[in-house]
Amino acid sequence: MAEQKTSSTRYELGGDEFIFVELSESMNLEAMFKGMAITNGLAEEKLDGIMDICPGNASYMIRLNPEVIHPQEVIEKLKKLEASTTDYENIAIESRVIDVPVLFEDPWTHEALMRFRKNHQDPDSTDLEYCARINGFDSKQDLIRSIVDYPFLVSMVGFVPGLPFTFQLTSQEKQIEVPKYVTPRTFTPERAFGFGGAFAVIYPVQGAGGYQLFGTAAAPILDVQQQLPDFKESMVFPRQGDILRYRDVDRDEYDSIRQEVEAGTFRYKTEELSFTPGEVMSDPQAFAEKVMRRLYHD
Amino acid sequence: MIKVLKPGLQTTVQDNGRNGYYALGMPPSGAMDKFSFLAANLLVGNDENAAVLEATYLGPELEFQTDAVIAIAGGEFPPKVNGQCVPLWTTLAIREGDVLSFDFVKQGARVYIAVAGGIEVPVKMGSRSTYTLCGIGGFEGRALQKGDVLAIGERTGPSPVEGTAVPVYLRMKFSKSNEIRVVMGLCSYRLTEEARRKFLSIDWTVTPDANRVGYRFKGEPLDFVPRKQPFGAGSDPSNVTDLGYPIGSIQVPSGIEPIALLHDAVTGGGYVTIATIISTDLNKMGQIKSNETVRFVEVTLDEAIEARKELNAKLDEIKQIIS
Repeated sequence: MAEQKTSSTRYELGGDEFIFVELSESMNLEAMFKGMAITNGLAEEKLDGIMDICPGNASYMIRLNPEVIHPQEVIEKLKKLEASTTDYENIAIESRVIDVPVLFEDPWTHEALMRFRKNHQDPDSTDLEYCARINGFDSKQDLIRSIVDYPFLVSMVGFVPGLPFTFQLTSQEKQIEVPKYVTPRTFTPERAFGFGGAFAVIYPVQGAGGYQLFGTAAAPILDVQQQLPDFKESMVFPRQGDILRYRDVDRDEYDSIRQEVEAGTFRYKTEELSFTPGEVMSDPQAFAEKVMRRLYHD
Repeated sequence: MIKVLKPGLQTTVQDNGRNGYYALGMPPSGAMDKFSFLAANLLVGNDENAAVLEATYLGPELEFQTDAVIAIAGGEFPPKVNGQCVPLWTTLAIREGDVLSFDFVKQGARVYIAVAGGIEVPVKMGSRSTYTLCGIGGFEGRALQKGDVLAIGERTGPSPVEGTAVPVYLRMKFSKSNEIRVVMGLCSYRLTEEARRKFLSIDWTVTPDANRVGYRFKGEPLDFVPRKQPFGAGSDPSNVTDLGYPIGSIQVPSGIEPIALLHDAVTGGGYVTIATIISTDLNKMGQIKSNETVRFVEVTLDEAIEARKELNAKLDEIKQIIS
């Protein structure tokens, strides 16, 4: 069968407690949605001894207790699941479309990126200027416009609690791709909006990081105290399959959102959306336009 | 209650770990050396998951404001009660007003202080372990500070009699040069044959950048097989499309200074991973200090599972002796 691509999947052991499955070396929506279907299938089986199921961008990872279930047994199970996951393109994904306000070229990430200039490919420009240039944009404003024009799909959550890796819903020619810092920074401000490889992220907490810094998100994506209404059920807001639209805001709007966050009243503008991977993959641009309508006009 | 007179370098409340939230990006935390942690709990008659204090490099000074039964296991941090030496790996009776302190560490990196009843802090997502990066769990989500007062939990059963000890042959052993067993894999296909051989044959020195998140090593550069970088990965040969990092996994940013991730691991990222430390040897890794050396030894999955069984058999033997 021409459709069968199981031969390219690599099943790898991560010691005696982890299994790592790489569906594709490159990032693509097909690998992400397939991994999502396989990991959902495994979760439904509720096997004893499976401790964590971690879907990723183009791969996924399982943690298990080898005293309860042998890693080889789990690998066999996953191979069968992969072989039977043939119509994942038509599985409905119950998702949320979320408006995420970002202040681009903010003072906090600017201070951080200037401090770590010697860790960067191009010490003489800013991260935005450098990334605009290598992606063929005439100005940093054009780069920002291309980020806010099309929404991003949450393809993985990880690194630190709540950090969403997001992948833009547009054709590959229009996607931005940037290197990570030559040497990672030891400091990144909380809520920094970064870009690395083909992924946009928001750093939930202050810490180390190697992504290019473009701005700061106004609202948190991790709320350890669970004080904001969006965090009542989980301290982590983003989920794989969510769609984030990064919207550029000015300093006044940023400050007023910060006040709402401090007052404990902030809520993300969110709409429910059910979609199928097939719908996204056949025409990501048309799907992105549908998402924008759902969020702002419907 | 226990009053912290001196906090030591980095003393945190830890139990068996916050398991089941890796997909949210939340590492398990928990004791770095589970063997010594369990032995300490067994010596005071605690539940195996009771919270203890984990001290790193420099022990704390603690004033007990109540009678208590305690045990100290792990690295060789010579303990003293009111200035008098007391033994490690042994059930000790403490009187109200006693002060526990430590001499400088002789061997190992971490010591575990268990108190009958456990250290009482709120349970967060199924665990009392401290995860300092996000300020979750433990005592106010942070390492202990001078003046903190810790509560002791309700005892769940009787404690072994004073003087009960883990025999020397069952205790943790330490060395300045260590063998750590790994299962090769993950993205090890990125290494050249020569780099793979080098990784498994040279002595790697632990740098000062060694903590609960991970240990960084100095040695020789490792080369990758040349390729056109896949879309989404980033341009450095050590970049991969961001993926999950197992606990114990070893990554090699830019082919220099490998990093082994431990219990406060970052759960994913974009650097190539080449091997994973077997779960049994994470205990030993947590007892290795900066400037000591490690040689990575390749084992099979079956050997890793066998090592796990041997460790469990050793713990069963300790349980037999203590009960």
